[in-house]
Amino acid sequence: MIEFLQQLINGLALGSILALIAIGYTMVYGILRFINFAHGDIFMLGAFSGFYLAPKIAAFLPTPSVGAGLVVMGISMAICAVIGVIIERLAYRPLRRSPKLTMLITAIGVSLFLEYTGQFVFGAAPKKFPDLIPVYPLTHIGGLNINSNQVVVFGVTLLLLLALRFVTLKTKIGTAMRALSFNPEAAALMGINTDVVISFTFALGSALAAAAGILYAVSYPAIDPLMGILPGLKAFVAAVLGGIGNLPGAALGGIIIGVTETLVSGYISSTYRDAIAFGVLILILLIKPSGLMGKKEVEKV
Amino acid sequence: MRFRHAKLVLLAALGLSLLVSLAADRIDPYVLFVLYNIGIYIILAVSLNLINGYTGQFSLGHAGFMAVGGYTAAVITNQFGALNPFASGVLFFGALLAGGLLAAVVGLLVGLPTLRLKGDYLAIVTLGFGEIIRVIFQNMDLVGGARGLSVMHGYTNFFWTYGMVAVTVYVVLTLVHSTYGRGFIAVRDDEIAAEAMGINTTKYKVTAFVVGAFFAGIAGGLYAHSTQFLTPGGFNFMQSIAIVVMVILGGMGNTPGVILAAILLTLLPEGLRWVAGVEHLPGIAKMHPLGWIGDTRMIIYSLLLIVLMLTRPQGLFTWRRKIAEAAP
Repeated sequence: MIEFLQQLINGLALGSILALIAIGYTMVYGILRFINFAHGDIFMLGAFSGFYLAPKIAAFLPTPSVGAGLVVMGISMAICAVIGVIIERLAYRPLRRSPKLTMLITAIGVSLFLEYTGQFVFGAAPKKFPDLIPVYPLTHIGGLNINSNQVVVFGVTLLLLLALRFVTLKTKIGTAMRALSFNPEAAALMGINTDVVISFTFALGSALAAAAGILYAVSYPAIDPLMGILPGLKAFVAAVLGGIGNLPGAALGGIIIGVTETLVSGYISSTYRDAIAFGVLILILLIKPSGLMGKKEVEKV
Repeated sequence: MRFRHAKLVLLAALGLSLLVSLAADRIDPYVLFVLYNIGIYIILAVSLNLINGYTGQFSLGHAGFMAVGGYTAAVITNQFGALNPFASGVLFFGALLAGGLLAAVVGLLVGLPTLRLKGDYLAIVTLGFGEIIRVIFQNMDLVGGARGLSVMHGYTNFFWTYGMVAVTVYVVLTLVHSTYGRGFIAVRDDEIAAEAMGINTTKYKVTAFVVGAFFAGIAGGLYAHSTQFLTPGGFNFMQSIAIVVMVILGGMGNTPGVILAAILLTLLPEGLRWVAGVEHLPGIAKMHPLGWIGDTRMIIYSLLLIVLMLTRPQGLFTWRRKIAEAAP
């Protein structure tokens, strides 16, 4: 029982990171109907900007401390938001009227470009992420280990999700985003500047991915330029599981994938861990392709 | 394109590869190895082109089928010791065939459920299946797991490689240009319209998938007996991407273009390696001031992909046919 609870808590921490990435996938898919393959690499860039920022911040703020962690996270989010917007502007916008497959292939190209440029610039060897926030054990009741990191990961995720909920539901640009995902042409006719809204969507998604990158690096401190591939794919699975285009669904899907993966690697075999997400994806697409919380789409001729 | 003398051309190609094969010991082993690689990638790219190009089903899991074929063939030939040339030829042919057939069976198992999906969903699910196949091999002690499997016999030679290239190209082209094969193109151009015309779209999609998987399996067998060492990591997602890039560069549904792209993209890294200085020749890197290019091979690949999609989405070698305007 204790072991199960332990795995559950580990899974929740991993799942909330996946949830943050999944939201970026789902937002872009909701508006542009395409899988932004490079999203997992934005997550990687988030971790690396944290890696290079942390020593600079240490000059002004004591590290490890919560304040320094928040500042680094904030700046990384801003950097990745800008990168996300630039990628959209250069690679995806010219293709907006092309077949979806062309966009998908371009996204794969962007993803490879970020990964291998990362290897060229940062070096291929894994790097040790600096201690950004203080870690101390919270409880040992009956052998149950919870440390402050897991609470921080979960808490920050929760705060970011609430902020996102506020942005999408209460602000003008959030309303525009929802209008665009509902019907792009009608939204444009109503005077919504679609380019601005799409750029904003990419900025928002990339910022969340950067936050996820920092949280991931804090929990698993070895970072390398290819670290974004698997979490990216798993987060995509999470987005599909929750019903792609649906924000709460993506968060729920992330948690489910994270917990399933931890349970499987804890109880069955850790070597099959990376296949779990894909197994879940295949099952969900066969049983309920619209996902847990998604709407069924009817194809019109 | 009409192929009136297709069978004749096939026979001529087989004969020619046999002739070159007889003179193979005069060719530098490194050049020969590169030639085998080119042939293997032609098979992979042409077979993937049947799925991605002609039938329009975007598959990202071709390396998985290659792995199935490679491991199967390797396990079969590893059961035997040294044999005389005739017996080893028969054995190798049987092993290749078995690898191809098993890959085709896996293709059928993967294809039946997944081909109901479309576009990017299909791409991701085939990617997922490719990864699952890789993880299974990684956990299989019979084939050495993550440590890899050494293949005892280097059976791959010029005749088998280019004979199989000829057979692959022949089968794919005659299939696509047959009355039956019009169905593939119909499915690609408009699935709903094809279905309305009474075409069993699922059957066509699965057929393309199974035939593609079969030849990927054959290529895997050739690869196994050429490199003589297999690791599950060699059949990862990047390998699938490399094959997809060949198909896209050559132009989807344009077999001669895809062959050209496979040749170019297999030679490119070798050329870049030469520019970068071959590892086993110390000091040569100094003679090549452009040595850093070797490290940037994958960056060049990815930029190529992006620029290609932005400027020539129909592929580098497609001039005549315009890509169909897809409905939003």
